[in-house]
Amino acid sequence: MLEVRDLTAEFIREGEVLRVVQRIGFDIAAGEAVGFVGESGSGKSVTARAVMRLAPEGSSIRWGGRILFKGQDLLALSEREMTDVRGRRIAMVFQDPMASLNPVMTVGQQIDDMLMRHMSLSGAQARKRTVELLGLVGIRDPEHRADDYPHQFSGGMRQRVLIAIAVSCEPDLLIADEPTTALDVTVQAQILRLLMRLRRELGMALMLITHDFGVIAGMVERVYVMNNGEIVESGAIDTLFAAPKHPYTQALLAAVPRIGTRRSA
Amino acid sequence: MTAPLLQVRDLSVVFPPRRGRPPVRAVDRVSFDIEPGRTVGLVGESGSGKTTTGRAILQLQPITGGSVSLLGRELTTMSRADVRAMRRHMQFVLQNPYSSLHPRMRVADILAEPLKVHRSVAKAEIPDRVAELMRLVNMDPAVVKRYPHEFSGGQRQRIVIARALAVNPDFVVCDEPVSALDVRTQKQIVDLLHDLQTKLKLSYLFIAHDLAIVRAVAHRVAVMYGGRIVELGDADDVYENPVHPYTKNLLEAVPIPDPARQRAKLAAATPDPNFRGRDGETGKCVFGHDHSADHSPEWHEVGPNHAVSCKFWPPGVTPLRS
Repeated sequence: MLEVRDLTAEFIREGEVLRVVQRIGFDIAAGEAVGFVGESGSGKSVTARAVMRLAPEGSSIRWGGRILFKGQDLLALSEREMTDVRGRRIAMVFQDPMASLNPVMTVGQQIDDMLMRHMSLSGAQARKRTVELLGLVGIRDPEHRADDYPHQFSGGMRQRVLIAIAVSCEPDLLIADEPTTALDVTVQAQILRLLMRLRRELGMALMLITHDFGVIAGMVERVYVMNNGEIVESGAIDTLFAAPKHPYTQALLAAVPRIGTRRSA
Repeated sequence: MTAPLLQVRDLSVVFPPRRGRPPVRAVDRVSFDIEPGRTVGLVGESGSGKTTTGRAILQLQPITGGSVSLLGRELTTMSRADVRAMRRHMQFVLQNPYSSLHPRMRVADILAEPLKVHRSVAKAEIPDRVAELMRLVNMDPAVVKRYPHEFSGGQRQRIVIARALAVNPDFVVCDEPVSALDVRTQKQIVDLLHDLQTKLKLSYLFIAHDLAIVRAVAHRVAVMYGGRIVELGDADDVYENPVHPYTKNLLEAVPIPDPARQRAKLAAATPDPNFRGRDGETGKCVFGHDHSADHSPEWHEVGPNHAVSCKFWPPGVTPLRS
């Protein structure tokens, strides 16, 4: 479904060019869950944003290569054509739910908007679906909570709202960039379970970006390890954890803190 | 057993009512000891009161009740000047290595400042002590003329640690010292804290939300929820035989870097217990005690050096009797 070839990303600042993604290639099949792990600055988030063709906040970026989504090169689309893909066919969930929600609109209005814009629903139809979606992501009393503003929700509930917005148009691919990093561990577990369930129920593919080997372990079938803008290793999740080949992957896995590892002295 | 270096008894912090909201018991009758050269891990989720506990111990936060004694001296009733003098025994390492260093101060000045404030070494000896501190945290003393922004996150955290150690403290509160760092850097900082503890006989209160990191550093672990310690014991006991349902829930939620086990974990039914269920309830507690009648503490021994609170047990959950 998604075939990425020779993807590059270059930041342009004051005439200087900094290449942060170095000619990488990867694939995601329909309905497949694929992970991207790496440390900060590895280029994993920029890679995720490339698929949405979103430049990180306040920066100018130049994309290169091809991003074939169902045979169509997203990098060749006009900004207007891309707007139809974004949200409708490919949706994204970010780390910080508060920054991604509009603070002066109720959460219901924000989901209604997506549905009316992309799915051509009437206001009443949209609201009906919005309430269903809020219920689907586990928000209790969705009829009333739809009229609340983002600040009236806890961090975990806001992330649920964001996921509801992302899946509202039943996208083919959901990109989740560190979706649980800002959350408490018990809330994280709930959100991970929710993503698994939605993926199954809606038949979506998932592209999960994280620095956390524990999070990636249970969520995806295949994984790409990134370092300095390059993919250094890729493979089936079980094989990669059991027998990492690249020294960088080995070093990362060796450093991961494990709950069963006691103090050495 | 050695005399505790730090003794905390019934420490409470209540935040006053705000905008019509009731007062918040951020820290509620917290008690524990730290022995010399030992680490107590304080774990809990956001809002559990762990950071406020650390600040209250260091007298950086007004307290509502209880006592804190360091090296046998009671801090809560001391004059401000005496507390200031005690600061050379107790130091703080904070989460964010980016905001806890002054951006316009050179590393040499950052490390010299506490030495000047506490007059711990003669003026002429300051450069030597600064170089010694840099070596202590495995950094090259030649870079002390640089500014914080010229260093990576891990290096900055080393500088923060060096600054905390400048006055030769006995006790350091580390509040999420590695949570902003990548895993490999986390491991280096954890190893450094470990070495420094051995070398300098330091005691740590290690506050973190990451249970795996705490396991790697702590001798004893306190689990906080709703301002209270709900479970306290030797790290192995708490991690391997947790008794309080909140501790179990927290440990269960930690993702494991093992695909087969983590998949099974996520596939298991979602427990969503209501830990506030019994809050404010009167009568007999889950252990069969009527604390309101005999004014005994809501605290129960479940093993050697291992105890749990009878508060915050979800309705219907009772301790298994062995």
